[in-house]
Amino acid sequence: MQEIVKMVDILKVYPNGIVANQKVNFSIVEGEIHALVGENGAGKSTLMKILFGIEQPTEGKIILNGQEVKFANPQEAIKHGIGMVHQHFMLVPSLTVAENVVLGDEPKKAGGLLDIQKAIADTAEIAKRYHFDIDPKAKVEDCSVGTKQKIEILKALFHGAKVLILDEPTAVLTPQETSELFKELMLLKDKGHTIVFISHKLNEVKEITDRITIMRAGKDVGTYDTDKVSKEDISNLMVGREIVWDLDKSKADPKDVAVQVAQVTLVNEHKRKLLDDVNFSIRRGEILGVVGVEGNGQRELVDVLTGLQQASLGTITINGENIQRYSIRKIRDLGLSHIPEDRMTLGVAEYASIEENLMSIYFDKPEFLNGPFMKLKQINAWAKEKVVDYRVKTGSEKTPVKMLSGGNIQKVVVAREFSNNPKVIIADQPTRGIDVGAAQFIHKKLIELRDKGCAVLLVSADLTEVMDLSDSLLVFYNGKIVAYFEDASVLTETELGLYMLGLKAQSEAEIRRCVYA
Amino acid sequence: MLKQWLKKQSVDSKFETLRFSVAIIIALLVAFGLILLVSKEPFEALRHLFLGPISKFRKIGNVVETAIPLTFLGLSVSVMFSANQFNMGSSGALFMGGTVAAIVGLTLPLPTGIHPFVALMFAGVVGGLITSIPAIIKLKWNASELVSSLMLNFVALNLGLYLIMNHFRDPDAGTLASFKFPETALLPTLIKGTRIHFGIFIVILMVVLIWLFLAKTKWGYALRMTGMNMNFAKYSGISTAAVILYSQFIGGFLAGMGGAVEVLGMYDRFRWQMMPTYAFDGVIVAVLGKRNPIFVPVAAILLAYIRVGADTMSVNSDVSYEMISIIQGFIIIMIAANAFLKHYRQKMVVKEATSHD
Amino acid sequence: MINLLTPEFLFTVIRVTTPILLAAMAAVICNKAGVVNIALEGIMLTSALTGVLVSGFTQNIWLGALGGIVGGVFIAFLLAYFALYLKTDIILGGIALNLLTVGGTVFVMFAITGDKGATNSVRSLQFPSINIPFIQDIPIIGQMLSGHNLLTYLAILMVFLVYFLLYKTTFGLRLRAVGENPDAASSVGIDVNRVQLYALLLSGVIASFGGMYMSMAYLKVFTTNMVAGRGYIALAAAAMGQANPVGTSIASLLFGFMESLGYQLQSRGIPSQFINMVPYISTIIGLVLYAQYRQRQIAKKKNQKIQEEVKA
Repeated sequence: MQEIVKMVDILKVYPNGIVANQKVNFSIVEGEIHALVGENGAGKSTLMKILFGIEQPTEGKIILNGQEVKFANPQEAIKHGIGMVHQHFMLVPSLTVAENVVLGDEPKKAGGLLDIQKAIADTAEIAKRYHFDIDPKAKVEDCSVGTKQKIEILKALFHGAKVLILDEPTAVLTPQETSELFKELMLLKDKGHTIVFISHKLNEVKEITDRITIMRAGKDVGTYDTDKVSKEDISNLMVGREIVWDLDKSKADPKDVAVQVAQVTLVNEHKRKLLDDVNFSIRRGEILGVVGVEGNGQRELVDVLTGLQQASLGTITINGENIQRYSIRKIRDLGLSHIPEDRMTLGVAEYASIEENLMSIYFDKPEFLNGPFMKLKQINAWAKEKVVDYRVKTGSEKTPVKMLSGGNIQKVVVAREFSNNPKVIIADQPTRGIDVGAAQFIHKKLIELRDKGCAVLLVSADLTEVMDLSDSLLVFYNGKIVAYFEDASVLTETELGLYMLGLKAQSEAEIRRCVYA
Repeated sequence: MLKQWLKKQSVDSKFETLRFSVAIIIALLVAFGLILLVSKEPFEALRHLFLGPISKFRKIGNVVETAIPLTFLGLSVSVMFSANQFNMGSSGALFMGGTVAAIVGLTLPLPTGIHPFVALMFAGVVGGLITSIPAIIKLKWNASELVSSLMLNFVALNLGLYLIMNHFRDPDAGTLASFKFPETALLPTLIKGTRIHFGIFIVILMVVLIWLFLAKTKWGYALRMTGMNMNFAKYSGISTAAVILYSQFIGGFLAGMGGAVEVLGMYDRFRWQMMPTYAFDGVIVAVLGKRNPIFVPVAAILLAYIRVGADTMSVNSDVSYEMISIIQGFIIIMIAANAFLKHYRQKMVVKEATSHD
Repeated sequence: MINLLTPEFLFTVIRVTTPILLAAMAAVICNKAGVVNIALEGIMLTSALTGVLVSGFTQNIWLGALGGIVGGVFIAFLLAYFALYLKTDIILGGIALNLLTVGGTVFVMFAITGDKGATNSVRSLQFPSINIPFIQDIPIIGQMLSGHNLLTYLAILMVFLVYFLLYKTTFGLRLRAVGENPDAASSVGIDVNRVQLYALLLSGVIASFGGMYMSMAYLKVFTTNMVAGRGYIALAAAAMGQANPVGTSIASLLFGFMESLGYQLQSRGIPSQFINMVPYISTIIGLVLYAQYRQRQIAKKKNQKIQEEVKA
């Protein structure tokens, strides 16, 4: 089979000084499924963005089918048969499936009019050809996550993609939806398409890909046949050291109840019950994990626990106090700390300095105040200490947070949240999108705090993380708890997947065990 | 020595200074071009524009006295914008502040010294109340403060005019003006040969106070964090609603006080028949001063200089004073142009990044 | 009690609504494309002047109209260039341009005509008023709808044109995609900046007619600052109408209604300054009422569901 894409000596420097790709060489062979692996920040997304024309290389060239090409924008890449399905869906919610699919290449009637009938017909036809079960007239905002991804793939195919780049496609899918996707990918491969599969899920990479290119810290570290390398080899190359897959975690010794959730229900404006009669306890000295496919109530659970939203019904008590109508401030004063899922929106002010971000929950505490004036020297010394303790890689504590890598930004958030002797920690996707080193650090800290008697709620879509780190597990489906496992270590991913998809559920009595007095 | 200091500055701040300078230069070049186009004696006009303000001692005084209300307005907008509220109400607050000061001057008999102080306080409070209205509207009903504050300016203007013209108008004065203020209410002139008045001490005091407020107090910190990322501030437990309220009130207070200082320091009667031309300068002073209370007076003086220059030019040549609007508009839009000179900045960054290897 | 249902009053309402409606349609296009055109005020002011100047010097109404459009589109283009390509914050840029045009129009007026307050020395032309043949004879309706200025009828037509553009053409589809999810649009190769540029330029054309209406429909002169905030009121109307052409038209009519109501009150001895305040206060009230309405809708639906839950 012949080489279809070759990227030569790609250098990419971003305006903020970060070197994302350092003389990277990458080549794909026609008709293969090629994995592009690396930690977050390794540069794989950047490399593919360059291939798809979203970014321009600072230096280097792209050779497609033997000809050198330059893609100034995605449209040129699309014209050359390259399509990309992004991690965050690129769909317009209020438009229909057909309108989204034909967008950019719309069938026209005279005078610039949109030929909507043809759009619907064309969409239906291509869906049939590739065995996708989609209604062209449905509004995208009404579609499920799995369907939205199919629409994205359809879009790329509609625009004539021969090479499909999939960026972390399984990040939001259940195990079952993932195998469905893999079946489709094999079908596409049979039909002669070439696929680039960006991921850091090594199980999946081993399952479906032919070859694998590994990137580390902006450089490419080699291309291998998938069946000739082991997961351990791959991870070694990714990090340059051996990853310890299991954490050094002692058994938990849970004590009394810190957080009691009773009959909590949350209803949204579209009449959907986002949380439905949820009852459970979080005990001191344990890490309680929460799993579920994204959108089954986990985010809302975190919101009501932290005070970002009010529950419609039910009560939540923290350390014996009912937190209904409590402000975020008051809940924090009860000893609750929170690592938010979306760190850039909630966790930091990106243009403010590391120091200013660290102090955001301490700036008006009596020990840092002198009347109305903040004791800035003292705060600065404290901030410097934190930067060292939490190993935030930076030149100075005055650097604006946006200059840091994702992992270091998360460390700033964690430094802040863990430093005030929390009694309860709500960690929501605490290691999403950050490098393994930082992730391990954060995991260690969480276990430390648990052992000091903290009550930890760990919400994560990363099954490996949540299964390894949690002592006990709750499974959420459709806003309800459908399973409780007192000992998380006995579970398998497949079994969890069944509960996550609502195919299996425990009895009321079994679920009730998660409520302690 | 200079080279060493330059090296220490981050790429960002070096670049910012460059951008500001280029923006101002380009705006002045545009003015230059327009003057060439419309004037029969363009170089005379330019001479007046650039050198007029330092041609006479009195003119230098004009620059200083013009910088006073500009500083108040710049502080006002800086505080309001720092909380990420596009509250444009400082002009209305200024006008009403002047109105209130005139009314207090004319109706409350008070001893010298106390009289203007009370007038200024009333003016500040009324100004603050005016700019708080868009803030309350934003908080309660989530409606944009931009349009509502702009509308309020018109309302404040008309209300102020009504009050003065219908209740305090002096029928014996030559033009539409209020009664003469009693001596006790006036802010005395400080330097003979100029109109620079006591207000200069007040404005300097305000600059220091606001700087302390923003940089050193917990309320200032909460304000800045709210402005940078409201969700982050909220989630950190900061009461962003309170921040929005007090930040907009303080902004209006400053503008109202500025109006009072202007009316009682520069005039002996209330003479405004419409919004003073500089009433909308708060935005440009704040933008030029990067919303930093320490830089605001510098920006104010720069702008005052151009204003006095344009005024000199309009009196002594055939170019009209309104040229200043064009200059100002260009300065704002160029300074706020973040991608301006982007490629040059990229080169600077790459040089910096690779120089460490 | 003022009789508001007279055909004369309703005629006035339509007359007064015209510039707001035109600017509001311009705002609708921009909002749907995801750009906020704060500079509508400046666009209208500029076109009001350039229309007068060009029609005065050429004594040709078509060239005058063209002159107005060029003036307005020039401001729109400046905003587009700075906001889209030089990445100026679009709100700051719009405000800067509005400030620029207030003095800038006076500057140009003085430089070209020597007038400062109004273009008194320019013999500007005027857009004609039209009596529609059959409609003018229908009692009541005829008095309301016939005899309006050409630009008023254009404004009404514009509502349909804008609707058609947004929902029936490929350009409109792309425009709405760009406004709702620019990343999605650019991922399929749509040049987001290009689309937004066109939206701004188009809005410049439409708003120019609103500006020219001020100076050339019932008057033949440009006076300083004659737009007096209508550009902002139009933005409020578009916000209230949720950038939907029909809803925005209704909101614009409401503002026109309030302004006309204000004029009625003038004859009753209320000081002129308070009459002047009416359009601005109604805009604020309109914005607040609309925001309250939206909040209540959301709360109502939430409550409904909880009630049903409690019963179950």
